[in-house]
Amino acid sequence: MSTTSKTTEPDKAPNAGEDQDLGAAGSQLSTAPAEEATGLPSLGVIGWARWFWRQLTSMRVALLLLLLLSLGAIPGSLIPQTGIDETKVADFRDRHGTLAPIYDKLGLFHVYSSVWFSAIYILLFVSLIGCIVPRTWQFVGQLRGRPPGAPRRLTRLPAYTTWRTGAEPEQVREAALAVLKKRRFRARTVGDAVAAEKGYLREAGNLAFHIALIVMLIAFAWGQLFKSEGNKLILEGDGFANTLTQYDDFKSGNLFSQDDLDAFSFNLKDFTGTYELTGPNRGTPRTYQAKVTYSVGAYGKEKTTTIKVNEPLKIGDSKVYLVSHGYAPVVTVRDAKGDVVMDHEAVSLLPLDSNVTSSGAIKVMDGYRNAKGEKEQLGFNAFFLPTYGGKGSTMLSQFPALLNPMLALSAYHGDLGVDSGIPQSVYQLDKANLKEFKGSDGKLFKKQLTVGQTMTLPDGAGSVTFNGIKEWAGFQVTRQPASGWALAGAVVAIFGLAGSLFIQRRRVWVRAVKGADGITVVEMAGLGRSESAKVPEELGDLAAILYDRAPGAPDADDSADSSDTPDPQVVPAEGAEKQ
Amino acid sequence: MTSAAVTELAAATNEHLAHISNTLIYSAMAVYTLAFFAYIAEWLFGSRSKVGRTAAALTETKKKAEAPAVTVKKAGGTAVLERPKVVVRSAAGARDVPDGPGAHGGDVQGDMYGRIAVSLTVLAFLVEFGGVLARALSVKRAPWGNMYEFNITFSTVAVGVYLVLLLLKKNIRWLGLPLITTVLLDLGLAVTVLYTASDQLVPALHSYWLYIHVSTAIFCGAVFYVGAVATILYLFKDAYENKLASGGTPGRFANSVLDRLPAAASLDKFAYRVNAAVFPLWTFTIIAGAIWAGDAWGRYWGWDPKETWSFITWVAYACYLHARATAGWKGRKAAYLALIAFGCWLFNYYGVNIFVSGKHSYSGV
Ligand code: HEM
Repeated sequence: MSTTSKTTEPDKAPNAGEDQDLGAAGSQLSTAPAEEATGLPSLGVIGWARWFWRQLTSMRVALLLLLLLSLGAIPGSLIPQTGIDETKVADFRDRHGTLAPIYDKLGLFHVYSSVWFSAIYILLFVSLIGCIVPRTWQFVGQLRGRPPGAPRRLTRLPAYTTWRTGAEPEQVREAALAVLKKRRFRARTVGDAVAAEKGYLREAGNLAFHIALIVMLIAFAWGQLFKSEGNKLILEGDGFANTLTQYDDFKSGNLFSQDDLDAFSFNLKDFTGTYELTGPNRGTPRTYQAKVTYSVGAYGKEKTTTIKVNEPLKIGDSKVYLVSHGYAPVVTVRDAKGDVVMDHEAVSLLPLDSNVTSSGAIKVMDGYRNAKGEKEQLGFNAFFLPTYGGKGSTMLSQFPALLNPMLALSAYHGDLGVDSGIPQSVYQLDKANLKEFKGSDGKLFKKQLTVGQTMTLPDGAGSVTFNGIKEWAGFQVTRQPASGWALAGAVVAIFGLAGSLFIQRRRVWVRAVKGADGITVVEMAGLGRSESAKVPEELGDLAAILYDRAPGAPDADDSADSSDTPDPQVVPAEGAEKQ
Repeated sequence: MTSAAVTELAAATNEHLAHISNTLIYSAMAVYTLAFFAYIAEWLFGSRSKVGRTAAALTETKKKAEAPAVTVKKAGGTAVLERPKVVVRSAAGARDVPDGPGAHGGDVQGDMYGRIAVSLTVLAFLVEFGGVLARALSVKRAPWGNMYEFNITFSTVAVGVYLVLLLLKKNIRWLGLPLITTVLLDLGLAVTVLYTASDQLVPALHSYWLYIHVSTAIFCGAVFYVGAVATILYLFKDAYENKLASGGTPGRFANSVLDRLPAAASLDKFAYRVNAAVFPLWTFTIIAGAIWAGDAWGRYWGWDPKETWSFITWVAYACYLHARATAGWKGRKAAYLALIAFGCWLFNYYGVNIFVSGKHSYSGV
């Protein structure tokens, strides 16, 4: 287009022409891929493949994939996820009979490991790699190359200044070269001008950031594949050795093998929990910690440490977290003859609420004989309140600490079904082959005990004594390899990002030529990758320094404008101020 | 004294401090309200002046010189270093519109009210800061334990960012009215819906990563917020300029209000700078959160709703930054992305805390 166009948008047309004028000067100021027209290829398979690859590695598609990734992450935060809370998922399935199967098909219960989510991020990262590799080469090329020569008309550039000087053009160029080099520009003289460039760290930072993203992704994937996570509930005084069989439950990544477990063992010496006594947050934990002794390896020396909520014990790649806490009533069970069949045994119960209302089961598997002398098993449903509200109060604990402990038992006898081969929970009775003990009212025999009390079973079937309470702590042992890599990637990403966002890549040209009247004209211009106030500012600084070395000479048409107080020391006459 | 008496005394002091904090927050709200009216006055008085600069710039046929005039600035005094004047030329395709004069529109009385508004904002900021500080002292920890505390800290920081930008002599006073309006909303919400009596933290929140993670999160939010306001104003101003440039006549209200704002290009640039500057810090915030989660919950990333939405917010801002670097997505489209990104941030704060249950269950509501 030409400058003759008289549209109402006068800017656009001429500028298009002017930009072409900048030509090489503005080229390669970044390694961002050029946006290509979306025209379709007319070639065969290879043409199509190439076209597809170009599309995939274009910024536009990267942008689209990024958008898709964030959109795709949303359902996972709103729909219960199996990876996070299985029970919530089950609950959701129960409540939404029609939706659940659809969600299942779409993988919406495990969004972050679903096919479509994986597809998005794998495409994104392929695109990223496809973008980075050529960019890196291009960048290396640019590092070896030299800043392009000055464009014909420096006045077209976003920041521009000029003055006339008595110095010779060669002198000015030499001075400019020195000034720019001192400011750590890469500079060289091309023809009648000095060309300089600075800010390569921007590109380096940008590449580092994108590469760090890949490192993070790989580290994350690696961690997922080789991770392991097991839970173990340990009574005060008991111990644990890190082998698969010792765990209560255990989950691991697809590529995990048993040999990956770090060898160590530890004993729980003491659990301490204190809680807010008053105020609206009554019962909120204040301290929550476990004192343990541990040893690393088969015969390691024993050491003592404290595990707190935010302070896991770290051994090798494994971390031992304190995740839960509960109570284990200690009971003694006697049979019909008065023989002890269960001696001061602590039975761990599971907490149901934040005040540690707990439930579980006491199972007497062998040694028990009933009043008729027959072999039988005993089972008790146990309900425990560390702080019982007193008679007539609810069967819910009022406070998490042991202020007024109460153990409520209901009694059964018969076959516990533990030998049937089907694994059963230690916290629940399988009542299929159990019979209720009946109280005098003909209902299920129940009793509430405080510490020290004994409950005598009906018909002389024996007794249960509530001796005391032990505490237990639940530990989670996790191993997530490559988290160091993830962290390193993250740190590099931040610095790379800061470099790429805060550093400007910019070019400066200084042209010095003799004007028609034989006086040297100096022109300086700056170009940044994006419009920025810094480029003109810096150009001003550079110009000031250079002006010092090549001071102004009188302007050709200066005569009318010399009202300023003359400063004989610095310049013979004024530069003019005009717009 | 017995230890029980000491604890009781300490508890009493704490309650006293918490009370002082509440009083200060209410006082700050009162002063912000005064500042709000002063800003309104600034805008109202400013509307008396008929500036119309934008229209002038966009409709007049420009007698642009072929080349920018050559200027060599000669300082009057001897002490000042001589330096040639740099001529700045806007990028290709940009409209050449001067920045508006600000809310007062060049009106002397308006300007006076503007200055009063800023002074009141400073006062309110100090009072609110005192309130936050008293709250922190009353609980003997950083004031970031629940949503009430987040809200009061958040608005303090947002106003602080605004005042610092003013102090740096940035052309930003136009932000005053929208900012103070939302600060009042934020505080109103805090003292009514979100109020939580001062208390200690649960052990999961005892970690120095909390201080790092939460303080940077609040700061990022405040800055993102400033960026979002600038983006919205950019969208209005851009539409206004477009209309003028295509020969349309905008309504009187638009003429009066939008003409006084900085040029669309300046608003856009400001919004971009603000968002880009804080993006690395937001990245850091998420990483600090992951480290904390690694220590508290045994995994550094578990797609907890809060984590997920931080990630979504992060990706949305990354989208915005990419959009700015891509031809065809600059300007309005990028601005919409920025607003979506801020929406994600807001949802992460209010939405996730209130509607979605996750491990981050500290909202106190
Ligand atoms: C996980 C995905 C990605 C994230 C989070 C991300 C983030 C970022 C960020 C924050 C920037 C800085 C923007 C700026 O300089 O203003 C950037 C720049 C850039 N990204 Fe990405 N990016 C991702 C994927 C990609 C992909 C797939 C490509 C390739 C198509 C790509 C190409 C670029 C380019 C070329 C730049 C530099 C633009 C410029 O020079 O201004 N990015 N990226």
